[in-house]
Amino acid sequence: MFELPILSLLIILPLVGAAFILFIRGEAEVVAANVRSVALWTSGIEFLLSLFLWFGFDTESAGFQFVERAEWMPGLDIAYHVGVDGISVLFVLLTTLLTPICVLASWEAIRDRVREYMIAFLVMETMMVGMFAALDLFLFYVFFEAVLIPMFLIIGVWGGPRRVYSAFKFFLFTLAGSVLMLVALLAVYADAGTADIPRLLAHRLPVSWQPWLWLAFFASFAVKVPMWPVHTWLPDAHVEAPTAGSVILAGVLLKFGGYGFLRFSLPMLPAASEAFAPLIFALSVIAVVYTSLVALAQEDMKKLIAYSSVAHMGFVTAGAFSFTLQGIEGAIFQMLSHGVVSAALFLIVGVVYDRTHSRDIETYGGLVHRMPAYAFAFMVFMLASVGLPGTSGFVGEILVLIGLFQVNAWVAALTATGVILGAVYMLYLYRRVIFGRLTKEALARIGDLSAREIAVFAPLVVLVFWMGIFPAPFLKIMHVSSANLVRQVDEGRRVANLPVAPVAASPQLARAQ
Amino acid sequence: MPLASLPYLTPALPEILLALGGLALLMYGVFQKDGDGAAEARAARRTAWAALAILLVALVVVVALGKDRALTFGGLFVVDAFTRFAKVLVLAGAAAALVMTGDFLVRHGAGRFEYSVLVVFAVTGMMMMLSANDLMSLYVGLEMQSLPLYVMATFQRDDSRASEAGLKYFVLGALASGMLLYGSSLVYGFAGSTNFEALAELFRHLGADRPPLGVVFGLVFILAGLAFKVSAVPFHMWTPDVYEGAPTPVTAFFSVAPKIAALGLFVRLMMGPFGELAPHWQQVVALIAVASMVVGAFGAINQSNIKRLMAYSSIGHVGYALVGLAVADADGIRGMLVYLAIYLVMNLGTFACILGMRRGGRNVESISELAGVARTHPLFAAALGVLMFSMAGIPPLAGFFGKLYVFLAAVEAKMFVLAAVGLLTSVIAAFYYIRIVRVAYFDEPGEALDRTLRPEVAWIAWAASALVILFFLGPGPVLKAAAAAAKALLVE
Repeated sequence: MFELPILSLLIILPLVGAAFILFIRGEAEVVAANVRSVALWTSGIEFLLSLFLWFGFDTESAGFQFVERAEWMPGLDIAYHVGVDGISVLFVLLTTLLTPICVLASWEAIRDRVREYMIAFLVMETMMVGMFAALDLFLFYVFFEAVLIPMFLIIGVWGGPRRVYSAFKFFLFTLAGSVLMLVALLAVYADAGTADIPRLLAHRLPVSWQPWLWLAFFASFAVKVPMWPVHTWLPDAHVEAPTAGSVILAGVLLKFGGYGFLRFSLPMLPAASEAFAPLIFALSVIAVVYTSLVALAQEDMKKLIAYSSVAHMGFVTAGAFSFTLQGIEGAIFQMLSHGVVSAALFLIVGVVYDRTHSRDIETYGGLVHRMPAYAFAFMVFMLASVGLPGTSGFVGEILVLIGLFQVNAWVAALTATGVILGAVYMLYLYRRVIFGRLTKEALARIGDLSAREIAVFAPLVVLVFWMGIFPAPFLKIMHVSSANLVRQVDEGRRVANLPVAPVAASPQLARAQ
Repeated sequence: MPLASLPYLTPALPEILLALGGLALLMYGVFQKDGDGAAEARAARRTAWAALAILLVALVVVVALGKDRALTFGGLFVVDAFTRFAKVLVLAGAAAALVMTGDFLVRHGAGRFEYSVLVVFAVTGMMMMLSANDLMSLYVGLEMQSLPLYVMATFQRDDSRASEAGLKYFVLGALASGMLLYGSSLVYGFAGSTNFEALAELFRHLGADRPPLGVVFGLVFILAGLAFKVSAVPFHMWTPDVYEGAPTPVTAFFSVAPKIAALGLFVRLMMGPFGELAPHWQQVVALIAVASMVVGAFGAINQSNIKRLMAYSSIGHVGYALVGLAVADADGIRGMLVYLAIYLVMNLGTFACILGMRRGGRNVESISELAGVARTHPLFAAALGVLMFSMAGIPPLAGFFGKLYVFLAAVEAKMFVLAAVGLLTSVIAAFYYIRIVRVAYFDEPGEALDRTLRPEVAWIAWAASALVILFFLGPGPVLKAAAAAAKALLVE
């Protein structure tokens, strides 16, 4: 075990960088340049620091690791308590990986108010890492919700023409869901008398409360994931957000919902989760099929990828609620894969958007003739999104489908159509943008990827293949914790389904067992 | 008079100090030569500094008196940890409001020394309200704070909006005082005492299920009168007009000091003498709280004047604070007191920002004037943004924690519907708070506001936003003080 308070460092470091940026003085151009490099250095060091988690993580243990605890609200049993297990550690790494990439991707695209922009991203990194590491209900909620402020500003200040509408929609949708979750968190706290998540995982909430609590959690997580029919904020937010904003939104923020289901709904409310699983299946299948069809009809590249996100996250929710080991590991893996792939696809759109300032599929065609490297990168991510074997997308989807087949073949079959539909809209997109003859006037002089852009895409390409060809290290990290989660859920379901009276009435029976 | 029969004065030292100080300032002002504008402004400035010093000395004395319970004036006057907590808030709020006033009134042609004197007298009344231990001293304190407030609302007497505000405030305020007095007389008639302890003893003896009908009737009248004073729905109608019409520093003062004093009185009255009757008034308070939160959230959406918006915002905040009272236990009161402390800071900061909205030396009040200030005044916009997000209750800012403790108490008392409604209205309220952020950050700059902020206003804005941001680091001391105050109230 490391003595280093690594998670606290990861949470604080971006804030230190942001404070540093705040005090940079000088001429506008110099300030912008310095701000960019400070942001890059901070997030780069943050990433290197987070590698300690990857190498130091004990894959044999299902417990929380790198745990730190400090008094926060004395007398209330609400504490600053952080730690990671096999479910959350990879998301922390995803966050620290994507943030420097976002900084790099915004290097030239953002010229206006660079200081505020980079501060917003660094503050957001703190919030995201904190969210995944939090082991206290209220600490979790603070980080979960605090993300709204920087994201609201990023969409609203640096966004496209309809940014105000999109920023408000994003903010209010998410907030409305979150406050219901807050009521549930308060109720859980009131019942258990502690806000400590490890202890709450062992606490049995009254079965009669579970459906209400579950629905309140669902209100928040379903908006974040987002699940059909509360997904409508996502296409708007993605289309209007600047490229890096979309990357973080798709890469990390959407995972808050899936992570929340795995951290709270499943282990703490097993009986209600079982009861509501058909609802989740239905909404997931609708999300997969319906939003895939909607994606097919899009003329805006970012909107298409946004809808494909909804479809891919449908796999996550369906897999999580299969309560099988494969389903849950598949859900986590799919989230990681989606975090990398959809982030990369938004960056891909950002590359041509920076050059032509258009996201319409119509305006492109035949890019392969001018941009071979770009076409290659696009192809890799496109195929990963489709779920081609050998890419990261395949592993997640196949695991989810295996898990689903064990519980409900119909749901599995319908979800599997998403793979086909995904291939249809992605290949169609690729054909229209990359192949064909280069006839458009505006594209005649378009340049291929710059060195900076290659630096942005290279790690993502590597990761897509690594996760696709040799997923074992990732699965190993999540395996013990996922198995533990499955056990918790099974145990909870079994207890909830037992008739209550005999157990209470006959202590001899309990002793005899 | 033999010295031995003098009452025990130490507990009332801050009030005595304030009263004497106010009289001294009045004398000083009255004996100035009049007619000379510059001399008048000088006198106004001097009394303002002196009044500030008096308030701060009173603050020190309140803290130094400690938190032990003490009674004096034949049981009319009480101090304990609760009064100490609330008095610190009132004095700090009044002092900050006085600092913010600065040269506002002079610039707007109303720079007279009476303003500071009125502030001191109003604060004296508020402190007496908080320390009241009898329905009679309660009424005296309440009127003592109200009369200076009516005058302050019309302080710009050649401004027709201010006159309208003052008149409205006076007529409706007098009506509310009348209701309160009538309710008190009913309670006295049916219970036979005006002393809080005697009343509490009597109701404890009778039990919660059989209070005399007249007492319940009187209680409702008292509730109505107090609801008016704290501007809770359905007695809130005066608030937007008064907030808009009164000079901005006066509005800042109105939104903190009298509100906290009246809420403190509300809590003492309900939890003290009428504590045993909680089942009778809990529902009413819960209803008032819900109605205030809803009206506060929806009413502000369409406002274009920022002071009017703040009026609705304060109605909403009173609703959240009253949730704590509706819970009617130590946790609820603790949550409410923490809420009030945070509300005080947020509100002072926001009004400092509003006072900073000037063009050509005149203050402007329309929200659209803020368009694009993030480009022209980045620090000002950042402070305003932080305060607005905090008002909306977004973590990790202080406003969130205020709501957290109040709703935690509500959920622990199994009042789930109250908590859910309250939090959903906070989403609606978030809409208009972030609309201000939107105007400041997303819109293109219009005609620029004045470049420089007056230092005292700027400092209050910075300090408030810093406190709001950093509160999450150490909520412990505030929580502990509020818990002690709540406990003091309940053990009587």
